[in-house]
Amino acid sequence: MRTSHVKFYQTGTFTVGNRLLSEAERSVQSTLERTNALNSGHRACQGCGEALGARYAIDAAMRATDNQLIAANATGCLEVFSTPYPQTSWQIPWIHSLFGNTAAVATGVAAALRVKGRTQTRVVAQGGDGGTTDIGFGCLSGMFERNDDVLYICYDNEAYMNTGVQRSSATPPAARTATSQAVGSEPGNVFGQGKNVPLIAMAHEIPYVATASVADVRDLETKVTKAMSMHGARYIHILVPCPLGWGAAPHDTVNLARLATESGLFPVFEAEHGEITDRRTIRRKVPVEDYLRRQKRFAHLFKPELRTDVIAQLQAMADRNIRRFGLLDKEEL
Amino acid sequence: MRKPFAVTLDVGSSLANLTGSWRSERPVYVDRLPPCNATCPAGENIQQWLFHAEEGHYEAAWRVLTRDNPLAAIMGRVCYHPCEGACNRGQLDESVGINAVERFLGDEATRQGWCFDPVTTESGKRVMVVGSGPAGLSAAYHLRSKGHGVVIFEAEPLAGGMLRYGIPQYRLPRAVIDSDVQRIIDMGVELRLGQRIEDIQATMQQEGFDACFLGVGSQIGKRAYIPAGDARKITDAVGVLHQMEGEHKPLLGRRVIVYGGGNTAIDVARTARRLGAEESVIVYRRTRDKMPAHSHEVSEALEEGVKLKWLSTITAADEETITVEKMELDDDGFPQPTGEFETMPADSVVLALGQDVDLDLLNRLPGLTIERGVVQVDANRATGVPGVFAGGDMVGGERTVTVAVGHGKRAARAIDAYLQGVHHKPAGKHELATFDRLNTWYYSDAPKSIRPVLDIIRRQSTFDEVVGGLDEANALYEARRCMSCGNCFECDTCYGVCPDNAVIKLGPGKRFRFNYDYCKGCGLCVAECPCGAIRIEAEPD
Amino acid sequence: MLKQIEGSRAVAEAVALCRPEVICAYPITPQTHIVENLGQLVKTGELSNCEFINVESEFAALSVAIGASATGARAYTATASQGLLFMAEAVYNASGLGLPIVMTIGNRAIGAPINIWNDQQDSMSMRDAGWIQLYAETNQEAVDLHIQAVRLAEELSVPVMVCVDGFILTHAYERVDLPSQEQVDAFVPAYEPRQVLDPAEPVTIGAMVGPEAFTEVRYLAHYRQMQALWLIPELAEEFEQHFGRAAGGLLRPYHTEAAETLVVALGSVNGTIKDVVDQLNDEGVAIGCVSITSFRPFPARKLRETIGHARRVVVIEKSLAVGIGGIVSTDVRMALAGAGIPVFTVIAGLGGRAITQASLHDVLTKAHHDALQRLTFLDLRHDVIHREIERLETQRRSGPVAENILRELGSVADHIG
Repeated sequence: MRTSHVKFYQTGTFTVGNRLLSEAERSVQSTLERTNALNSGHRACQGCGEALGARYAIDAAMRATDNQLIAANATGCLEVFSTPYPQTSWQIPWIHSLFGNTAAVATGVAAALRVKGRTQTRVVAQGGDGGTTDIGFGCLSGMFERNDDVLYICYDNEAYMNTGVQRSSATPPAARTATSQAVGSEPGNVFGQGKNVPLIAMAHEIPYVATASVADVRDLETKVTKAMSMHGARYIHILVPCPLGWGAAPHDTVNLARLATESGLFPVFEAEHGEITDRRTIRRKVPVEDYLRRQKRFAHLFKPELRTDVIAQLQAMADRNIRRFGLLDKEEL
Repeated sequence: MRKPFAVTLDVGSSLANLTGSWRSERPVYVDRLPPCNATCPAGENIQQWLFHAEEGHYEAAWRVLTRDNPLAAIMGRVCYHPCEGACNRGQLDESVGINAVERFLGDEATRQGWCFDPVTTESGKRVMVVGSGPAGLSAAYHLRSKGHGVVIFEAEPLAGGMLRYGIPQYRLPRAVIDSDVQRIIDMGVELRLGQRIEDIQATMQQEGFDACFLGVGSQIGKRAYIPAGDARKITDAVGVLHQMEGEHKPLLGRRVIVYGGGNTAIDVARTARRLGAEESVIVYRRTRDKMPAHSHEVSEALEEGVKLKWLSTITAADEETITVEKMELDDDGFPQPTGEFETMPADSVVLALGQDVDLDLLNRLPGLTIERGVVQVDANRATGVPGVFAGGDMVGGERTVTVAVGHGKRAARAIDAYLQGVHHKPAGKHELATFDRLNTWYYSDAPKSIRPVLDIIRRQSTFDEVVGGLDEANALYEARRCMSCGNCFECDTCYGVCPDNAVIKLGPGKRFRFNYDYCKGCGLCVAECPCGAIRIEAEPD
Repeated sequence: MLKQIEGSRAVAEAVALCRPEVICAYPITPQTHIVENLGQLVKTGELSNCEFINVESEFAALSVAIGASATGARAYTATASQGLLFMAEAVYNASGLGLPIVMTIGNRAIGAPINIWNDQQDSMSMRDAGWIQLYAETNQEAVDLHIQAVRLAEELSVPVMVCVDGFILTHAYERVDLPSQEQVDAFVPAYEPRQVLDPAEPVTIGAMVGPEAFTEVRYLAHYRQMQALWLIPELAEEFEQHFGRAAGGLLRPYHTEAAETLVVALGSVNGTIKDVVDQLNDEGVAIGCVSITSFRPFPARKLRETIGHARRVVVIEKSLAVGIGGIVSTDVRMALAGAGIPVFTVIAGLGGRAITQASLHDVLTKAHHDALQRLTFLDLRHDVIHREIERLETQRRSGPVAENILRELGSVADHIG
């Protein structure tokens, strides 16, 4: 029997809070004082992963900066559901300009703060996968290359959800979207080359790159906090399941994020100056099928016939991630 | 700031948009009955006392524990802990060592000198309790804590009943009994030792008792007819264990045969080893897996050199030997004789074939029904005689210490109601917190901590306690393995995972409240609650 | 201080005098020299307290300016042609958010065919984007308009484009009087934003507005530009008092009072037009001209007051609304609605073609005698057109017209004067 040397607190740090931990070790989301940067009354769908991820991230960034934070936001679900006239859900100074220019707007904010001597105020840019990996990619890369003092957060729900679930460069292969329909001999999205923006960000050798998901709030908060302790261009890519777009139950949002990471499909890691420094190992490995089955966007892999060939391809992607990022402890390999 | 119209907005203004109207289902906080609590014969609120123990608040934990069961140190040693068998954690890694934590708390109470809360209001009623075993002690404690005057009548010279006269010291040191009993006496319970009750009604009338609880143990060993050349060599287990408490220890010889397969058989066989028997053999008519004795006790006995001879019945006993007939199990699992015999050397034969209760004292109690040797009671442990209640071994069913404690508690509640002139109705039970209601992802992997076990040589030669207790660090660790099934343990997960900030945190110890103005009914909190303390319900019309 | 310098340098120095705090630079001919010079001024420290950011596209350039402006910094950028189109989305956005950014347009044609030379198709394509558009006639005016533009933008919280004809002005070395820093500081106060991203007073900027308020938001944008019709002349007057020379205003009349024929144009071509007007006046032709400085907002009333007495109006414009004709002409006709004055459109100077005095003399003389077609392409090479049209009629799929014409001509450079 394995012996446990760590101090054991029933749930450790898996739950959002833990009354047995010291105050300093508790998550932002567990505190009474959390700022709810994204306030109640927003119009996100039931069980929205992006609303959750955004509050997790921005609350953590607020704590890290003593609330001296400005956000620039790309067009997309997050923008639309949070700021329909005459109501806004944001509690921080926040600007929405366009779909594809958020990184640049944030650069401008940062430049203004610097020139105005307001150096205690920090800047976050945020957008969905469309606004980040597709239309906003040029501005994002420019911001990275110049090493502007901006933390860019991508809330990745793997398609253009705001416009009605169309494929983006972050949409996984085989997934059904409105522009990659589940028809024909190769239903769903194509098996392309993929576009791993965290790795592309690393290629810019910016100070900090990390991935996270809404299934692990502490990890997410730690990364945001770490990012805010640094200067220069930083990038955090957060997986935020979308019940509507993925065809999943609203209560399954966190679970799906967990299955995505535990299957290896979504590797959780961090990197500094282009080098991977840490990764979150898989705790209870699951086959990709467990993840796919819970989502209608992959329903055509199971009905009318079981597409073991396609599932095997997706499993191979997960296995490659596991090898490449070292997602399993050695003893479990 | 001259803000531009419509394009620029005041922060936080979406609070005006009550998204609760989207909801078709709503989450509701519930307390579900954890399987440990559900199976505890004494009705202990195990999850709740572990909750306090997790924080290192051992006195608070002990106080919650003793609300249901005053004998924590005893329970921590002799309870067969069905709670651990039911524990949901057993499906994850290993069940929580509830019994070990209970023992720690019980011992800590003695170490720290914790007392039960003093009685503040006397009811003026008096209740007599017959027997100072676990049922009687439990009833006395609960009755006293409700303000009633209680007198325990004990026929033996020392208190404890079957705790003392049926359980060997190496499992239950006598000092533990003494301190747990003394704590109850300290509440103002009167204990009269060496007083055998002959006529219940007469005693009640003479001393002005308003009610009576009967908690007499099963102290008479059942006998089986065995043709014997020397009848002196055949004794019964209850007698042997009882004798162990007297000045003259039983003389069983070098080769001891114990006949039976229950826990008492094991106790006697292990006692015989400690008394110096070179051979201590349990003869049982069925197989090991059919033995009613608890598996871990059988294992401990085997470790200590006790031998098992199963599928055998004793047919005759002579001066030096016994004759056993081999049995075989039929299709229904019943042993059938085979006609094959063998002899075994034996200096003594101890019969451990079950026990009966001495019901003589009930002879003069009209209205009391006795069937197959047990007193008939209703769900409230009330006999047919008004004001007379019974529990423990007397009323049948499973005869364990914990069951007896539970009987005493339930009877005390019913007696309390009776004394107030009302009929006791047990509170409805919450639905069960089954394993499938948990989200076990959130619990850290943590193997069970093992209680230290006494060195084998000492176990074979002395009556020192075999199983040790947990130290504070281990007890804390073990308590923190509890998953708090069905009961909020304030992990903040619902508060965190709500995308609509519709969970209001009320502060330490106060749990949470839903803000239905904004809750959209997504059910994330329900799905992610580790312990299954949230239910989703259809939205009321 | 008088200087003999390149127009781009003059503009850069004027912009620097306005103390911009964030400058976004992306090269595109013929604007490039402006940001190059600004970059140099920042590097040398002559322009201090300024962030000079080399961005990756015009879209980013204006977007960075948007972020900076919303955070309370005075933001500037410059572009031209394709660059303006590439940032088009942000152009609308900056005005929609009411951010007082000043942007220089080095006016240039829009492709295809790709063409780096001057016309005004680029800024005309953004005429409805909600920006104020000022057109400079000379490099001196380019300098002066930039100084006024910063005041104008910030007082109204509306972005301003200062349109400077590419090459003709941007690359021309002329004598320019550059004011002193003290003079400019006295005229352009520090930026006091109408709204600012500040944690001390947080606001949400850029909300989504539906049918219930969108019309009102648009009306208010229009209202603010209408206010500029008052403010622009006021600033021009103040400028003149301050700097001792006239510049800016809504429009500038030249010999209009007794004119029967009036010519209307934007930008540097007015210099040539004035010369031709002088010639024609000498020849006894009653002709005058109007240089429109503020194309957005369009000074309709002022224009009508100025040219409403004419017998005819000729609009010389360096842009083309394909399928209808003139862009400026349409607005001029609207200003003259009901006056019964014929408006002739002369499309001239496209893609850098020289507008010669001779050609203007010819076309204006014709117009004065009502011998001009309503839509005229100045110096159109009819022989080339006719051949290509003929070919088009015989061949259904004839390929790109532009390439065919170029092949016909042999080379493009020979024909650019």
